[in-house]
Amino acid sequence: MSATGIGAPVRRIEDYRFLTGRGTYTDDLNQPNQAHAYILRSPHPHARIKGIKTAKAAKAKGVIAVLTGADVVKDDLGGLPCGWQVTDRHGKPMVEPPHPILVSDIARHVGDQVAVVIAETHQQARDAAELIEVDYQVLPSATSTAAAAKKGAALVWDQAPNNLCYDWILGDEQAANAAFAKAKHVAKVDIVNNRLIPNAMEPRAAVGVYDAAKDHYTLHTTSQNPHVIRLLMAAYVLKLPEHKVRVNAPDVGGAFGSKIFHYAEEAIVTWAAKKVRRPVRWTAERSESFMSDAHGRDHVTHAELAIDANGKFLAMKVYTIANMGAYLSTFAPCVPTYLYALLLAGTYTTPTIFCEVKAVFTNTVPVDAYRGAGRPEATYVVERIVDEAAKVTGIDAAEIRRRNFIPRDAFPYQTPVVVQYDSGDYQSTLDMALKQSDYAGFEKRRAESAKKGKLRGIGLSTYIEACGIAPSAVVGSVGARAGLYESALIRVHPTGSVTVLTGSHSHGQGHETTFAQLVSERMGVELKNIEVVHGDTDKIPFGMGTYGSRSLAVGGSAMVKAMDKIIAKGKKIAAHLLEAAEADIEFKDGTFSVAGTDKKKALAEIAGAAYVPHNYPINELEPGLEEQAFYDPSNFTFPGGCHVAEIEIDRDTGVVQLVNFVAVDDVGRVINPMIVEGQVHGGVAQGLGQALLEGCVYDADGQLITGSYMDYTMPRADHLPTLKVSTHNTLCTHNPLGVKGVGEVGAIGSPAAIMNAVHNALAPLGVREIQMPATPERVWRAIHGARRAAE
Amino acid sequence: MPAVSMTVNGKKVSADVEPRTLLVHYLREHLGLTGTHVGCDTSQCGACVVHINGESVKSCTVLAAQAEGAKVTTIEGLADGDKLHPMQEAFREHHALQCGFCTPGMVMSAIDLVKKNKNPSEKEIREWLSGNLCRCTGYHNIVKAIAAAAQTMRG
Amino acid sequence: MYAFNYHRAKTVADALKLYKKADDPKFLAGGHTLIPTLKQRLARPSDLIDISGIATLKGVKVSKTAVTIGALTPHVEVATSSAVKKAIPALAGLAEEIGDPQVRHRGTMGGSVANSDPAADYPAAVLGLGATIETNARKIEADKFFKGVFETALKDGEILTKISFPVPEKAGYMRFDQPASRFALVGVFVAKFKGGVRVAVTGAGPCAFRVPAMEKALSAKFAPEALEGITVPADDLNSDIHGSAEYRAHLITVMAKRAVAAAK
Repeated sequence: MSATGIGAPVRRIEDYRFLTGRGTYTDDLNQPNQAHAYILRSPHPHARIKGIKTAKAAKAKGVIAVLTGADVVKDDLGGLPCGWQVTDRHGKPMVEPPHPILVSDIARHVGDQVAVVIAETHQQARDAAELIEVDYQVLPSATSTAAAAKKGAALVWDQAPNNLCYDWILGDEQAANAAFAKAKHVAKVDIVNNRLIPNAMEPRAAVGVYDAAKDHYTLHTTSQNPHVIRLLMAAYVLKLPEHKVRVNAPDVGGAFGSKIFHYAEEAIVTWAAKKVRRPVRWTAERSESFMSDAHGRDHVTHAELAIDANGKFLAMKVYTIANMGAYLSTFAPCVPTYLYALLLAGTYTTPTIFCEVKAVFTNTVPVDAYRGAGRPEATYVVERIVDEAAKVTGIDAAEIRRRNFIPRDAFPYQTPVVVQYDSGDYQSTLDMALKQSDYAGFEKRRAESAKKGKLRGIGLSTYIEACGIAPSAVVGSVGARAGLYESALIRVHPTGSVTVLTGSHSHGQGHETTFAQLVSERMGVELKNIEVVHGDTDKIPFGMGTYGSRSLAVGGSAMVKAMDKIIAKGKKIAAHLLEAAEADIEFKDGTFSVAGTDKKKALAEIAGAAYVPHNYPINELEPGLEEQAFYDPSNFTFPGGCHVAEIEIDRDTGVVQLVNFVAVDDVGRVINPMIVEGQVHGGVAQGLGQALLEGCVYDADGQLITGSYMDYTMPRADHLPTLKVSTHNTLCTHNPLGVKGVGEVGAIGSPAAIMNAVHNALAPLGVREIQMPATPERVWRAIHGARRAAE
Repeated sequence: MPAVSMTVNGKKVSADVEPRTLLVHYLREHLGLTGTHVGCDTSQCGACVVHINGESVKSCTVLAAQAEGAKVTTIEGLADGDKLHPMQEAFREHHALQCGFCTPGMVMSAIDLVKKNKNPSEKEIREWLSGNLCRCTGYHNIVKAIAAAAQTMRG
Repeated sequence: MYAFNYHRAKTVADALKLYKKADDPKFLAGGHTLIPTLKQRLARPSDLIDISGIATLKGVKVSKTAVTIGALTPHVEVATSSAVKKAIPALAGLAEEIGDPQVRHRGTMGGSVANSDPAADYPAAVLGLGATIETNARKIEADKFFKGVFETALKDGEILTKISFPVPEKAGYMRFDQPASRFALVGVFVAKFKGGVRVAVTGAGPCAFRVPAMEKALSAKFAPEALEGITVPADDLNSDIHGSAEYRAHLITVMAKRAVAAAK
């Protein structure tokens, strides 16, 4: 391992600009002569717009234009498209309602876009928005996930009876029932996977610029995948020729999924920029983020696990209601189906699995992929029910997992839920985590806590997840309306320095460093001579972006392919220059040499020859040294591992404190261990947030109660202990780097570990199920209720 | 519009601004110092922390007019040429930032902590950061970086 | 924020004069309650009169019998004052826990008390210690000061100038955080004087209030166990997603016991 190559904890290249205040986020991009947009949003969860009067607002100080849904209709703009079509259990396509960028008839959630004011300043736009008179006829609303499909619930869409978007199944329910009939034990859980509000620290922003001289549009936006935004916005919403639109996603301040999707504001500022012939800038206030960023999770699930006399799992049945919100966001339909049910085997050999998912519309903010997307929900179901299985069988929680693990030598392993795992070593990650958390010594610590009047619990999660969603043909066959490859372009300059153009997007992951390490290692170029460029559709040939922990597995693999092409071409040039056979040329550490001789040429010399082709095989080779590659993976990758959480509960108040957390993850080959650990730390904080703190609440009238940091509890520094994070890696067998992905493992594995610890602490009191977030009052009530029941 | 004048990162500046202009907007929009960020509208996230007369404050909760005559230091004013402040250097060394958005506020807040408490414990660091939210790092490396910087700054 | 006029007052008299001239003015001290309110467009004053530069309203004075704090004293100054720590450690401790460090650097005691936010900390100390609130016009007893949600005995245009806190034998303050905002879901201030014990609660009701049953029990025996079985009826308590009235009622007893145990 070199000091800067694969496996080295290289300090991040991008940090200097962030640490000196010179990062360039979308809201930092002031444009000459810019105007400001303010979006007027529906205060009602469901209301018919009987009329909008904009005259007063249009005349207000500084106002340039006021646009409403009528203008959208007049300009024949399309709606925001959905990128995935799920087909239901009867072979029918999901109900796919329109998703206008400004509503003209009915607003369907608090925060729905009703009008936009464009003015000289943000404050003036906001002042004027208050002068818009909207005549709303408030309609009955449905917000509860569990109740949306029940009789009597208000209908969000006339075309979706019972608010059902789709009723989807995977597996054979009868086969599962047959297995249950033979079971010695049955474990059951009823669980809620609480709705989360993403809250990347940078609020979404968008700046639209129209260049009349060239009839060309630029959108600067907070996005994880600018090419996808360009495609969706140009082709479906604004109906513009794609080559006349540039989308630039500069530095992005955290995203976690919430900035994958094409949002109305992006189209609005681009559209408006041409209308007012000025750059139009919009930045969400945090309270707008709460009601307009796609939310995450929000499942209600009943699950059952059949177990034989030896503690072996025979079959599992899972019934889930998943909340889609009022509209289908870009990838929403695939989250509770293909990113969820396909992970229900977990790390276990359960032979038969049946899953039913009813997706429902409600008058709430759309729900889509968020920090794990489907996989935290699946992990929570599996790992909670496995703990319940331990309880009903009387087998230790670690032991029952061990008995059911897919053995080390069973890979590739075909699960009953479509996917085939390529590699893993669940026994070792469990053993290491148990050792590091002193699982054996827990009862002693429990007794010590009891002496202080505190309840103590320990919980495990031996999770699996799937990253690098692929291959395109397979996802296409189950409804994806996109390919899921990645592109890379490697440009070796005449002097031998390298620019890497990647379709992946970095918004905290440190790609500018890890990708450079990858190139440095393979091409023998010093880090300081490599630049990684991403985010701008005018620079990058194409890209599918960053989500689902795919960047290294898919984007990195594309880079390897492109580098291999460079090296292959370099060998041809070297063979010519060194007067040797191409087959005799070796490439190592940046040097081409003739095997068995001291004849050699540095990469820079080869590049020089390629760009100044005086002595060059010009009849066989084109000049230049630049190669592009697309990589379409042959399978998902499957990171996994073991998380162990230990918590203490204050009996009097119900406060749960995480006191110890151990993660041993299998993320495949590690490029930069420092960054890998950092990714896990952040994910665990999110897991703690979901388990103990965060939860979106709508009241019975459809109002968003957790609409700011005054009511939505974010994890803070003092919620967390020092985390013990390490890896035990098996390599992915089907991509050239052996990488699996690390962006989401923390958020996927940890909620179940923490909640299993909470249940472990409360079990002696007779508490059976407590839902996330395990807030102080919830825990206090559980303790109190159990005490009351005991009396 | 009233005039405000103050010293920002050692430079005297003044401008006519609307009374309702917040200090953070004055810094970002008028002075082009976009390193100070806005992450919330309820004075909680701390992305906007700057120093006013040497003390960390939330520049989203101070009117520009209230900073009249004050000495303001922002993230852009910390490094000495290319040489990073020890706190910036510690953040880099310990991977205490990912997306970088909360980072300026974190760094400005942390410097004030170490000024007031030269040898903060892990608990004290975590409690001090109650006004700074980060969604990327889980705070783990931020806490480590601040402890390390405190040691460097103690000499 | 809606547009407003901004004025800087150098003296109390100056501030009052400016106040009288304006349509719908508000005083601006540290701004850490008012500015967030304005940012949410929940208030629309015509004029802000910035009183933060009035030197006579700042500072801490400690005598044998009282701690007197100027209205414009920021929380950090009370929290770190060695004289306050010595005289009424619970008061310094309370100031140390308000908001976060940056809020404590700007937020002032006067702003906090004059605002009577139901979840603010200072009102518990004012009422729990039986402090005297001084304004430009008069002195007001703590028991007559807090009237309701964001409502006090202050009249329109009256400026809170300082508060005088009697030094107790011992006192303790214990807060249970509303998890998101970290304001008080329930905060209990307990103070033991020669003449008896005062117990004041913040966060749980429309404004800070006393608990006579606890005061009586603690006056008889100043120990956590004296509060066993004494609860505040949940009927009139606040209820929200972070804590039902029943839970808040329960927490009042828990926090009161802990405040007694921690009293110094």
